[in-house]
Amino acid sequence: MSQTTRNALLFLLVGALIVLTGLTQSWNAALTIVNMGLLSAIMALGVNIQWGYAGLYNVGTMGFIALGGLATVLVAMDPVPGAWQAGGLRILAALIFGGAVIAAAALLYRRLAGSLSGVLALAVLLVAGFVFYRWVLDPAVAAVEAINPALQGNIGGLGLPVLLSWPVGGLLAAGAGWLIGKTALGLRSDYLAIATLGIAEIVIAVMKNEEWLDRGVKNIVDIPRPVPYEIDLQANETFLSLVSALGANPASASAIAVKLLYAAMFLVVLLALIWLSNAALHSPWGRMMRAIRDNEVAAAAMGKDVTRRHLQIFVLGCAVLGIAGAMLATMESQLTPGAFQPMRYTFLIWVMVVVGGSGSNLGSVLGGFLIWYLWVQVEPWGTGLMRLATAGMADGSPLKHHLVESAAHMRLVVMGAILILMLRFRPQGLIPGK
Amino acid sequence: MDILNALVAFANFVLLPGMTYGCQLALGALGATLVYGILRFSNFAHGDTMAFGTMATILATWGLQAAGVSIAPLPTPLIALPFGFAATVLMVLATDRLVYRPYRNRKVASITLVMTSLGVMFVMGGLVRIFIGVDDRQFADGARFVFTAAQFRTWTGLGETVALRTAQVITIVATAVAVGWLHWFLTRTRTGKSMRAFSDNENLALLSGINPERVVMIVWVLSAMLATLAGVLYGLDKSFRPITYFQLLLPVFAAAVVGGLGNPLGAVPGGFVIAFSEVLFTYSFKKVASYLLPQGWQPEGLLQFLATDYKIAVSFAVLVLVLLFRPTGIFRGKTA
Amino acid sequence: MSNPFLIGEAMRGGYGAADILNGCTIAVEKGEIAVIVGPNGAGKSTAMKAVFGMLRLRQGSVRLGGEDITRLQPQERVARGMAFVPQTENVFASMTVEENLEMGAFLRRDDFRSTMEQVYALFPVLRDKRRQAAGELSGGQRQQVAVGRALMTEPSVLLLDEPTAGVSPIVMDELFDRIIDVARTGVTVLMVEQNARQALEIADRGYVLVQGANRFTGTGRELLADPEVRSTFLGG
Repeated sequence: MSQTTRNALLFLLVGALIVLTGLTQSWNAALTIVNMGLLSAIMALGVNIQWGYAGLYNVGTMGFIALGGLATVLVAMDPVPGAWQAGGLRILAALIFGGAVIAAAALLYRRLAGSLSGVLALAVLLVAGFVFYRWVLDPAVAAVEAINPALQGNIGGLGLPVLLSWPVGGLLAAGAGWLIGKTALGLRSDYLAIATLGIAEIVIAVMKNEEWLDRGVKNIVDIPRPVPYEIDLQANETFLSLVSALGANPASASAIAVKLLYAAMFLVVLLALIWLSNAALHSPWGRMMRAIRDNEVAAAAMGKDVTRRHLQIFVLGCAVLGIAGAMLATMESQLTPGAFQPMRYTFLIWVMVVVGGSGSNLGSVLGGFLIWYLWVQVEPWGTGLMRLATAGMADGSPLKHHLVESAAHMRLVVMGAILILMLRFRPQGLIPGK
Repeated sequence: MDILNALVAFANFVLLPGMTYGCQLALGALGATLVYGILRFSNFAHGDTMAFGTMATILATWGLQAAGVSIAPLPTPLIALPFGFAATVLMVLATDRLVYRPYRNRKVASITLVMTSLGVMFVMGGLVRIFIGVDDRQFADGARFVFTAAQFRTWTGLGETVALRTAQVITIVATAVAVGWLHWFLTRTRTGKSMRAFSDNENLALLSGINPERVVMIVWVLSAMLATLAGVLYGLDKSFRPITYFQLLLPVFAAAVVGGLGNPLGAVPGGFVIAFSEVLFTYSFKKVASYLLPQGWQPEGLLQFLATDYKIAVSFAVLVLVLLFRPTGIFRGKTA
Repeated sequence: MSNPFLIGEAMRGGYGAADILNGCTIAVEKGEIAVIVGPNGAGKSTAMKAVFGMLRLRQGSVRLGGEDITRLQPQERVARGMAFVPQTENVFASMTVEENLEMGAFLRRDDFRSTMEQVYALFPVLRDKRRQAAGELSGGQRQQVAVGRALMTEPSVLLLDEPTAGVSPIVMDELFDRIIDVARTGVTVLMVEQNARQALEIADRGYVLVQGANRFTGTGRELLADPEVRSTFLGG
């Protein structure tokens, strides 16, 4: 069987699984899987760019996805009236000042490294800078968070079209990626992993706590949507006549229509990203990247600036993750920082990349769909199996209740087993990269 | 100015919690760093190994409690520990046999092992959640305090007070014993020395006839026991929740890196550096300052560097600073 | 030399597809010093590693005391009385000198204190530094630790891979003197040396390897006297 037929069969298999879900459960459920599958594919693509092309081990995926989500809030939400006057500008000033202090400290460190007076000057600069920063920041934050705290209490966004937040999310994540890459890319691979893991946790901590920014754990809801609301569709004459012509139920048809619209938009983005990254891979730049990946030492000896190339690819991968994050928040039309869990938004993405095949864009897409499908389906399967297994036990027995309840966690075990088995027996993945 | 009250407040809110947390991190970091020293990869499943060991201990505790066994005023989990050790050691050894050992005899990049450990993390995390659920659990019983805040106040008559909790004393004593024993084991016994030799220079260790499989087995056993101990002590002190234990991975790694990854006895100061950084940077010094500063100079703000939720950011910042400026850790070369 | 104590006979093999050893033979009598010299890339170290079993031979055999050990793992050869000192990273740098020696004796379950005393007697400087980490010692002292570690198993054969690499000439002379002392205790010594002239001076037997095959063989003195060896390999 040729590689192409095999790949086509693999995709057909995943497609068939999803169609089966549509037939046995509901088309709405199937489309939900498709949409998250598309987003997962984009996320896996982002990780694959970093890992498959350059061997960079980024386990801070969650943080970059979350930053993308933050972009939707900052771009698409309406500005909170009075927030900028109350303290928004002052917060901005404090943040810029804080950045300047850190930059100055870095500069000072380079100048005075080692000497005692240098260390002292550095300490004074950092402490004084921090005190002043907090003196500027704190009252402004309090003022902003005091505005209509039940519904707002944040600075709001710019009130721009939500689709604009997708590229902005990419930029935001790319910026963060640049800062991190600048400091951490020189590290050994497992140190980079630990560093990125920490960064992601910090991003989430910031998003959970800085209420002036995104209401923290109070969440942002009702982010404007790029597609019509189901309610509006159900009141739309054209839509209703179309639905009745098809003989469908307006409520479920409107839900499906909305999901289809999202699916179409996501698919466009996914295809564009694949096309772009394939084009990049086959450009001279891409050849150089592959040369570096295959033999870092030799490439460095040939005068290639490996660290710089790594930084570029790291930033690009982060940008893709940011775009996916913005798309995710757009689809859910809300930002819930508490929902970002590393299992779901970092390690699961890694399973997708490994299963799909590192270095292979097509593999990432396949892995994204397949693993997301399993992630969603193993839970009900586990519960169903456990119900079957415990059918003989008395209803209401605490053990039975516990067993059925906890069967949902089977999916963690299954994902772990898949990852371990793939790494061991098929490290190149289902669709190997070149 | 009231130095005594300031000291008491500082002891209650910074010194005691910092020492306790530092001990827990040190034990966690010791396990991670030992595995790194011998197997040369960062074990991302270590947090979930801690969770697994704690879970096994909790289940044994429940069993003992149901059987009416008690060592009050000490908490029952202390006698359940051997069960936790046994279960975790078996689990970890089985994992090594099935998952890691096949990689040992062929040259494989350490990153493959790191990724494999992610898979192990998933499986262990899943098993823990299946067995005991995702909820927050308090499992300490026995006397909660060695002395309470009220008792301290009656003894001393000070305005400020300090309470000493049983879990804090147990943590500090258990850590001292474990670290002392480990130090003795690594520097005084033939097996311990052979482990250091293997960690130092694998090829020469093989030439000297040191059996790699035996060294690997012992390191997993030690790592599993240390992880269990760290997890149980953390749970006694605070509470047990699977997700919290996963999140402990970062401060534990930070402590190990600060102490020098692969350098067992650096893990202890590493744990204290991380713990005290976290506590100091997120503690509000308002109360302490109000005792130290003259009347009329009372601070208005909380005198807190960062909100408590940024603890993780502190341990991460320390980690990054160490990685950037002293990637081999701050204690390299001082100890084994 | 019909049945030497240690012999690697007609050895062929290498790490990849191409052979590095092309039928070379290395032999040494009990209590003697044999030295392998030759140009860079001649397969000197490879020949020694083959004798120690760190390289799987395609052809040829290795015999120790008349017994065929070709199929044995290096660890098993250690148990049979062979000891190997690698060229680099040949001490446990973070461990003390004494611990290094203890690790050398790892396989011994008997009392090895007298062996340790012999090593200290041979290398007195190590006794003074026995509580210091081996990594903190000078290059020559580290080599002494490395040889001392290997001697702890009381081996019948000591294999040394370029023991004088990177040490000063004075230290080199000192090391060679010690190696002669070791051989006088009855230990058979096989070593690879970059410093060919000095090494051949102490050698009972010398092998000049070129492209993995024997080019010249003889006593150290014979080789030193051979005009062709002198002009080609000893720089005149």
